[in-house]
Amino acid sequence: MKVKVLSRNPEEYLRETKYDIHKVPRNYDPELHPFEAAREYTRALNAVKLERVFAKPFVCNLDGHRDSVSCISKHPKQLSILTSGAYDGEIRIWDIPQQCCTRNFVAHEGIVRGISYNPRGEHFISLGDDKMIKTWSALKPQFGEEELPINTVISKTVLYGISHHRRDSTFATCGEVCQIWNETQNEPIKTFQWGVDSLHDIAFNPVETSLLACCASDRSIILYDMRDKSPLRKVVMKLRVNKLCWNPMEAYIFTTASEDFNLYSFDTRKLKHPINIHQDHVGAVTFVDYAPTGKEFVTGSYDKTIRIFEVDKGHSRDIYHTKRMQRLTCVQWTLDNKYIISGSDEMNIRIWKARASEKLGPLKPRERAALHYSEALKEKYASHPQVRRIKRHRQVPKHVFNAQNELRTIRQKNKRKEANIRNHSKPGSVPLVPERRKHTIQEHQ
Amino acid sequence: MGKVPRYFTPQENSEPNTNSDKNDFVTYDVDIKKTHPKKKKFKLGDKKLKAIIKKIPNPNPKFKGRVPIPQELLNKYGKGEGVDNKSIKTKTHQKKIERKEENIKFATEQAARTEILLTEQSGCLEADEGETTTQFTQKQIASNVDITAAAKHFDLKLQFGPYRAKYTRNGRHLILGGKKGHVAAFDWVTKKLHCELNVMESVHDVCWLHIETMFAVAQKNWVYIYDNQGIELHCIKRLNKVSRMEFLPYHFLLASCSDEGYLSWLDISIGKLVSQYNSKLGRLSVMSQNPWNAVLCVGHAKGVVSMWSPNVRDPLAKMLCHTSPILALHVDPKGRYMATSDSNRELKIWDIRQLSGPVQRYRLRSSATNLAFSQTDMLAVGMGNIVEVYKHYTSAISRRAYLRNRFNTPIGNFSFCPYEDVLGVTTDRGFTSMLVPGSGEANFDALEANPFQTKSQRREAEVKALLEKIQPELITLDPTIISEVNVPSLKEKVEAKQKLLFIKPPTIDYEPRNKAKGKGGSAKMARNRKIVKEQAKKEFIKETQDFVPKLSKSSKKTTDNILDRFLTVKQK
Repeated sequence: MKVKVLSRNPEEYLRETKYDIHKVPRNYDPELHPFEAAREYTRALNAVKLERVFAKPFVCNLDGHRDSVSCISKHPKQLSILTSGAYDGEIRIWDIPQQCCTRNFVAHEGIVRGISYNPRGEHFISLGDDKMIKTWSALKPQFGEEELPINTVISKTVLYGISHHRRDSTFATCGEVCQIWNETQNEPIKTFQWGVDSLHDIAFNPVETSLLACCASDRSIILYDMRDKSPLRKVVMKLRVNKLCWNPMEAYIFTTASEDFNLYSFDTRKLKHPINIHQDHVGAVTFVDYAPTGKEFVTGSYDKTIRIFEVDKGHSRDIYHTKRMQRLTCVQWTLDNKYIISGSDEMNIRIWKARASEKLGPLKPRERAALHYSEALKEKYASHPQVRRIKRHRQVPKHVFNAQNELRTIRQKNKRKEANIRNHSKPGSVPLVPERRKHTIQEHQ
Repeated sequence: MGKVPRYFTPQENSEPNTNSDKNDFVTYDVDIKKTHPKKKKFKLGDKKLKAIIKKIPNPNPKFKGRVPIPQELLNKYGKGEGVDNKSIKTKTHQKKIERKEENIKFATEQAARTEILLTEQSGCLEADEGETTTQFTQKQIASNVDITAAAKHFDLKLQFGPYRAKYTRNGRHLILGGKKGHVAAFDWVTKKLHCELNVMESVHDVCWLHIETMFAVAQKNWVYIYDNQGIELHCIKRLNKVSRMEFLPYHFLLASCSDEGYLSWLDISIGKLVSQYNSKLGRLSVMSQNPWNAVLCVGHAKGVVSMWSPNVRDPLAKMLCHTSPILALHVDPKGRYMATSDSNRELKIWDIRQLSGPVQRYRLRSSATNLAFSQTDMLAVGMGNIVEVYKHYTSAISRRAYLRNRFNTPIGNFSFCPYEDVLGVTTDRGFTSMLVPGSGEANFDALEANPFQTKSQRREAEVKALLEKIQPELITLDPTIISEVNVPSLKEKVEAKQKLLFIKPPTIDYEPRNKAKGKGGSAKMARNRKIVKEQAKKEFIKETQDFVPKLSKSSKKTTDNILDRFLTVKQK
């Protein structure tokens, strides 16, 4: 007779002292873990609920400007520094972690139209309605010294926007014409013109660094190559484009913020039609900025909300709003991919988290693992109706809610009308035009 | 056994395996030299590839690489076949799915590799030549095992009449309830008594709740909940005349059936009665839960087993298992088999996943009044005052019992203790803890059920369990249904379209406008009405006709032979 009965030695299963961690023997046999799917689903549901519970994106508020904020510029090397210009010509430099203003001075008469740091962050260039291009040192002047620009250039034309080259000491301004400047010279190196009366935004491509794009007031987007003599191409939209931003990861993609509440992503190789339309805003979109990862972008709108879009999605991932925030004039995604900075009409600069429910500060390994796990679960069960409903739901301000409803009815009406026309006309005479082809008019070479 | 068998021991060199019990240890029997996977031959550009890939010399030639995982282990931890890549249309999604499948495969392999980390080996009992395991008495077994294991065999002599007993989910604690009102809860390993009380009423059933600090007792009229000090926490008057109780641990539901034929599910985490309804099948006194899908299996006097979930007022399934009243039934912890016995001395094993069977049927010497499955596929059968334990009950070989024990008084009930080689048997005169070698799962998962749980661990586990409480709506016959694609919606769409064929054309009440005088008489009006109605009907038929040819074409056979018309309908 051979016999063996299970007898476990407690010493192998219990911790030696109370200061040790508990011993946790595991057995991954699926039969010891019943209801795997149902339990995972419950966990996913909890995770998505917690995500909404912890979604408190507002971090802080920087106040000090005495007029609406007109532009914001990120420091290319330091995450803690932020420069902002206002409609009364004042420039303020902020220390973000301290949440205070370190420097302020009146730079221009009238509106500060644009601020741009040079690639090494030693100085920044501002331009205003007084047709001046001023270069300022990034360092604070000594005690007792006056704030004076390092260099001042008086332009012959009106200036509306500025963009600095990614590496060189060249920068470009736009206004009546597009001009390329060198920091060391007081005259523009190059001037581009394509029969337009004004250009209100300009952006250097961060990857293909000699490529430039402009938004013109005749509803067109113009592409320039700095090395060329004349502009490259132009696409005319149905409504004006307010702002343009290049994707920092994909050199040939840029997104434009349009007056018709939408954003359009273009591929420079096929400029004729946008490759994607991002809808959700209920007011003119005034600003767009890409995340440094190039996977998402943030937009500010005249409807007093900030929205975050994923590049390949047609609708926004998130909406930020507060009761007091007025119309957005500028939005920026910080270079650490963690925060969003917004400047608005009511003189405040606000700092938001880029991911609303993210926990700030260092994470313990177990905490991080748990977050990764719940992230994976959320993805796995994303299409379950309950999970999807909770994940998508947002409380929006009343005016946005009403405007959304109104827009929906308008869209439905148009659709119905078009269908009716199609039904009552000769087959083929009213073709189905895809949404992406509706918003551009013409491409010029 | 001299040498401890290792997973890499080649079979030729190892000692002849005297131990026939496979559960003793996992032998991989892998000959590395033979099964080490040969290099894949590249189909295209073989020479080119060889030129590109420089062979890195093996720094340790004795080590031949990782041991391959046996297929049966991969099957055990596998999640199914996976998605067929070719059925996906777009390349991006193909890539996505491919990546997902790779992840799943990796996870499966990792899980399978953890098997060698399992430390404990399950128990076994082997007879020498000329002996059978059936002949060994408990005394003999207890005297041949070590002291701690021998201490697990004990008798309690109690006097409050037929008892019922239940173990906690981690197998550490035991509750006894005597018909005459005696209730006792204790840690049976250390023999430490938590509480002992006489409820001064008849006790019909006892049941642990999610932790060992609470238990429910079905008394004469109502169900009471006590804590581990014997303090009455709740008296649930809505559970009236309860005969049997089961606790569904992942749903936090206390399921009960009553003498009056009512089934009820009480959510003990929020104190809400989830549902309660009359089964309309008479007195219910045989009940067991299916641990795989949390469905209640109830045995009836007509030989029917019905399965119930709290969401549907009718049984999810009914099985006619026997022709005479069912006396006992139990579902195996893995949810694969169900054993039923009737008053006609029959015992049947059913495949409960497919609701088919019987897989096996036995004719016993007397009718079985109690049945219990162990974690390692053993079946205990109680007949009067005899308990028999069977191994390999699904194959016809096991005509002979693995173990047998006779008691002086009739058996109340019994259950295998989880994670221990113990069968707890209650009788009219007390409780006996029997040693059944090899009946318990050797390696427990501490995050699921931990016999060595401390107070703080218990508290943490309780919170975690409450957070992932499964909603009662998810109790269905197939618990994996939540992770499957919602096909019915597509099916419904098709069905809705097909239904369209059989819809009558809508009746049109056309009321012609009253035109100016002289423009039309009543006759013209009637004609107009007729025309409009006919037009509408034609249009409707035209619309529906679009579907008809598609459906009929696929089902119709093309017959060319003229003589076919003389065939009968069946032959066609």
